[in-house]
Amino acid sequence: MIATLTSLRQNPASLMPSAAQVAQFAKGLMLPLIGIVLFLFIWHNVAQLIDTSLGKFPGPTQVWEQSTNLIAEHNEERQRAVEFYERQEARNAETLAADPSAEVTIRPYTGKRTFLDQIFTSLYTVMAGFILASMIAVPLGILIGLNEAVYAAFNPLIQLFKPVSPLAWLPLVTMVVSAVYVTNDPLFSKSFLNSMFTVLLCCLWPTVVNTAVGVANVSKDLLNVSKVLSLPPLTHTFKIVLPSALPLMFTGLRLSLGIAWMVLIAAEMLAQNPGLGKFVWDEFQNGSSNSLSRIMVAVLAIGFIGFLLDRSMLFLQRWVSWDKNAVLR
Amino acid sequence: MNSYLQLSEVCIDFPTPKGPFRALDKVSLDIAQGEFVSLIGHSGCGKSTVLNIVAGLYQATEGGVLLEDKEVNSPGPERAVVFQNHSLLPWLTAYENVELAVKRVFKGKKTKAEMKAWIEHNLHLVHMDHAMHKRPDEISGGMKQRVGIARALAMEPKVLLMDEPFGALDALTRAHLQDSLMDIHRALGNTVIMITHDVDEAVLLSDRIVMMTNGPAATIGEILTIDLERPRRRVELSDDTHYNHLRHEVLAFLYERQRKVEDIGSAKKSREAGSDSKPKLARTA
Ligand SMILES: Nc1ncnc2c1ncn2[C@@H]1O[C@H](COP(=O)(O)OP(=O)(O)OP(=O)(O)O)[C@@H](O)[C@H]1O
Ligand SMILES: [Mg+2]
Repeated sequence: MIATLTSLRQNPASLMPSAAQVAQFAKGLMLPLIGIVLFLFIWHNVAQLIDTSLGKFPGPTQVWEQSTNLIAEHNEERQRAVEFYERQEARNAETLAADPSAEVTIRPYTGKRTFLDQIFTSLYTVMAGFILASMIAVPLGILIGLNEAVYAAFNPLIQLFKPVSPLAWLPLVTMVVSAVYVTNDPLFSKSFLNSMFTVLLCCLWPTVVNTAVGVANVSKDLLNVSKVLSLPPLTHTFKIVLPSALPLMFTGLRLSLGIAWMVLIAAEMLAQNPGLGKFVWDEFQNGSSNSLSRIMVAVLAIGFIGFLLDRSMLFLQRWVSWDKNAVLR
Repeated sequence: MNSYLQLSEVCIDFPTPKGPFRALDKVSLDIAQGEFVSLIGHSGCGKSTVLNIVAGLYQATEGGVLLEDKEVNSPGPERAVVFQNHSLLPWLTAYENVELAVKRVFKGKKTKAEMKAWIEHNLHLVHMDHAMHKRPDEISGGMKQRVGIARALAMEPKVLLMDEPFGALDALTRAHLQDSLMDIHRALGNTVIMITHDVDEAVLLSDRIVMMTNGPAATIGEILTIDLERPRRRVELSDDTHYNHLRHEVLAFLYERQRKVEDIGSAKKSREAGSDSKPKLARTA
């Protein structure tokens, strides 16, 4: 738009923006906007046709309403917590004034988790699972890609575990965590560990496979360069292999993060672990007239966060990639 | 003649589904220190294979290669290779590409400052000072090839192996790089083996031209000694009767004694394989 205005000022005779500018504008902003408006229109109309036991399927307006409600509830809850602590402190101050040697304690506030709390829990869990998985998957993928023997040994296992659904892992993870993780003063809650390990087990594979493929397919010419220079193994890995494998490695990481996010929501629903999945499940069980709208808010939030996670990986890839001109999407 | 680099009865069999394929048969060649030798022959006869065996990238099935009386059986920086398609690391600048090689060879022998000076000196030799800090995708094909040569020279190799170093370049750039290479060779006295498809290039640069017979089981057909005075100047030589006679000798070997009679199938295959570079040999004919 600004470009159009400047060109207008420079050349007032050309009141019409050039065809190229129009095309650019349409591609950059107009078309996505048209897509969204069309979607809202169809959603609005179709929603009115669907009757459920909890009333009509929510349209865009109801969902918007509930999203503001959810934020308001979050603020209320925070306010309540603040007041709770203030009351305790006032009471403690009174006790101490009466008897300076009295022992006072502050009990933690155990209010209900709000929508935003659940989002935060889910994000935290997914990042923990994903980062841990990457820390295992990238070195493993490099090892497998570099060495035929290691590949032969690992390949059947990868092929076997890759297609396993998270829901199959969940009971096993739960049992193992409760058997192995016994402390009186747990640093992490069991539900967090259950969700995290389930995520980890499911999002390991795309990174392992893609990294291995990237590493195994380094151009023969570059391998010959490395041989002629007789580069030591570490230099070979960091100067030749890793930069070549980087694009595929990131493809794997992005796939993994996407899977991690999807798996986490399912795991939280099934195991009743805190997070967005539990929010959806609770609303479903609750069955009030607002439940469907609130679930819909959660669905949109899940989608939007998934999108942001993918974008952040893309930015990371741009940042570490040597080829700043490469078209990444 | 004292032999610095010695190929003795080198044979190589490539495993194929139809059993071993003998690509080279009893290739024997003695090269003196500081000598510039060209390998010429029809496409697919086994020139690159010879070079790769000397580089240590392939293992000879029978026979072997001796460099200063020591057997060659693995690749190493004392036999630097200039690859046909430059093979620079695309994520490193010209400087860093040379640096990787220099660090490998001179670590502990030169100080940091000395290494820097040495890298810059070698890039200067190939006239690449101005684009030293550009990545390969930011420089032209000829410039990439020059960086590849600088990388090889910077390793101070005992033998410099070049596989069609100028094959993919236009005639002007090629002439320019040939002149640079002659200057460098005169100044440094490297031992060089260069593969070429270009008869003029071979005669202009070499002390000897090794002409290979057609495969399979290719071997050395004839060796032509080029006893032209150095320094050589291409414009003067083009009018020189002895030069033209030598040129004629190579052409006669290639097109009369080793005329390539290909059936349609393999002609088609070699055209596909060579479609990325210039039309081989056709130009000089
Ligand atoms: N790794 C390999 N496995 C099987 N056969 C091979 C292999 N490398 C080369 N050959 C065969 O050996 C022969 C010689 O190949 P080479 O690449 O040395 O030819 P060249 O003379 O360099 O040809 P050009 O001039 O086209 O580069 C060819 O017939 C080729 O098919
Ligand atoms: Mg070749």
